[in-house]
Amino acid sequence: MAIVETRHLTKVFKQGELGAVNDVSLTTHEGEFLVFLGPSGSGKTTLLRMIAGLETPTSGEILIGGSVVNRLSPRERRIAMVFQSYALYPHLTVYKNIAFPLKAQGVPKDQHRKKVEWAAGLLGIGRLLERKPRELSGGERQRVALARAIVREPAVFLLDEPLSNLDAKLRASAREELERFHGSVGTTTIYVTHDQVEAMAMGDRIVVMNFGEVRQIGTPAEVYDEPADTFVATFLGSPPMNLVERDEVIVGFRPEHFFPVSVLAGRAAIPEPMRAADREGPYVPVGLRVGHEEYLGAERIVYGSIEGGPFHGKTVVSRLASTLTLPFDAGGVHAFAVSERHLKFYDRSSGKRTTPRSVAWR
Amino acid sequence: MAVSDRRRPGAAAPKWMLGTAMFAPSVLYIILLIGVPFVLAVLYAFSDARIGSTGFHFVGFENFRSILQSPGFRKALRNSIVFTVSAQAIVIVCSNILAIALEKPFRGRGFIRFLILLPWVAPVSLGTIGWKWILDSIYSVITWVLVALHVYKPYNAPMWLGEPHLAMASVILVHCWRLIPFSTVIMLAGRSAISKEIPEAAAIDGAGFWRTAFQINLPMMTPILSVAVLFGAIFTFTDMTVVYILTAGGPFDSTQTLPSLAFATGIAGSDLAAGAAISLFLVPVLVLAAYFMLRLAHRAEVV
Repeated sequence: MAIVETRHLTKVFKQGELGAVNDVSLTTHEGEFLVFLGPSGSGKTTLLRMIAGLETPTSGEILIGGSVVNRLSPRERRIAMVFQSYALYPHLTVYKNIAFPLKAQGVPKDQHRKKVEWAAGLLGIGRLLERKPRELSGGERQRVALARAIVREPAVFLLDEPLSNLDAKLRASAREELERFHGSVGTTTIYVTHDQVEAMAMGDRIVVMNFGEVRQIGTPAEVYDEPADTFVATFLGSPPMNLVERDEVIVGFRPEHFFPVSVLAGRAAIPEPMRAADREGPYVPVGLRVGHEEYLGAERIVYGSIEGGPFHGKTVVSRLASTLTLPFDAGGVHAFAVSERHLKFYDRSSGKRTTPRSVAWR
Repeated sequence: MAVSDRRRPGAAAPKWMLGTAMFAPSVLYIILLIGVPFVLAVLYAFSDARIGSTGFHFVGFENFRSILQSPGFRKALRNSIVFTVSAQAIVIVCSNILAIALEKPFRGRGFIRFLILLPWVAPVSLGTIGWKWILDSIYSVITWVLVALHVYKPYNAPMWLGEPHLAMASVILVHCWRLIPFSTVIMLAGRSAISKEIPEAAAIDGAGFWRTAFQINLPMMTPILSVAVLFGAIFTFTDMTVVYILTAGGPFDSTQTLPSLAFATGIAGSDLAAGAAISLFLVPVLVLAAYFMLRLAHRAEVV
């Protein structure tokens, strides 16, 4: 096990162009599951490939287990990587695929079978050892790729969108399996994804990236509840955070914190002792002209625009549990509210978080 | 529905005729230029046909019996095999190296790819005539360079086409020069068909250059490699232009191959029957070779 650290890491593919990765400094914790999250082109895969040694940094340092590995080849870095396409060797059986790293690193041959069977057993693919990759399903291939990665007990795992080739149902179960797997192996893992649900579910911490830069590093709760800038605020969450601007400030609030005042009236009916944890107020009343509504089964998404006050006309979204059956007529104005505690303030020119200030809503 | 189902009278016939008309030229071409000569060759091979005589008797396998007993034929057969196998071995190694070298982009790669393709584009006969001059006993530039470098004295310089072993080496060299471009292009296609992530996975798994080359890339390229070898082998085995122009089979028949011997016996030596028998001898050999190569390609099919 080891800690991975990058210091001012930069990768420029074409001279004069903006770097794919710009001045990234971060440090993993021991045994941590760290997720690089960002849209495509955000540099997350390039960053991972530099750590793996498949890409040479333009400047900056990479440290694994405390020593600089910039000049080491991938094989000397004691890392294992699972590729998006799994990159199994199509002409070799599953057994030989898993044994390949052992062979390549000169592990004595008499230990191969034991180690391969251990890795295959851990991932439940023991009965597939004599098959060729083309005879396997997507989920089975992904497990073979994982088995090939763990068989030589690497210091660090690098996973590049390993679930993106699976269908939605399989993805959920594979995600859970990966979490369990990380729990049992406990190896430092870096996981690249553009899927915020994967990142939130699996990550001990999330590194949110955009345009080659780290926008925020934090636990899932931190990046979701306290986004450091407007990019993080809108990239995480579905629907994303409402942002309304006025003068030099942008005010943000999550759609789930924006609901009809009648919900507050309902809360008032809850006996005082049970309401203790619900001290959300004071509330800001906001008029919402309802545009249209999406019914998503477990929840309702209400789209509309603010009616009256300095934010008049700004489009906002409300996310309600569908247990709330209150009907909204399209085009009508309804009394909504948002807790002041959940308002975030961002500087309009930099997009960075600023100090809370009082804003006149009416 | 019923209306559209009813066929207009005569609508099918022109369509059928159009198909035939479009098809006919290629069928005619194959029958006249490949089918007829092949049938004639089979007929001649079992007869006693000679140029300048109208006599024609079937003699069964007599021609095959006699050519099999002739030392000239056995030598030509051996030469054909030696040329084909050694040229293919050299071509595969060189074209693989070239394909690896040309895979990654660098300045002027397009131009170098073009230069490498040139021998394949040039007509065989022209290229071979060029080589005939390069290897000439008096005007050879190779000899000239070697003499200038004091490797040889002018009076004992090697006669590239005049000594049996050197002549054989020269023929192999020209075959390689001609086949390497073709093979390189096939190898490049084969390499680029391998997903970039697979050699990367091998690098991370700890494989070095040689292990990746021989245990990952080469096995994955087996199907396309066997196609390249099959084509190359057939080109070399059936080619008579190179030998005919370069050495005409000499010195002392030491570079005679089956095609050039067939020509020398059947046309130059006017023994049509024996010539036909020699050239037909190649057919089963090539069919077998093709069968095994294609089976290998099929078996090795991956993904």
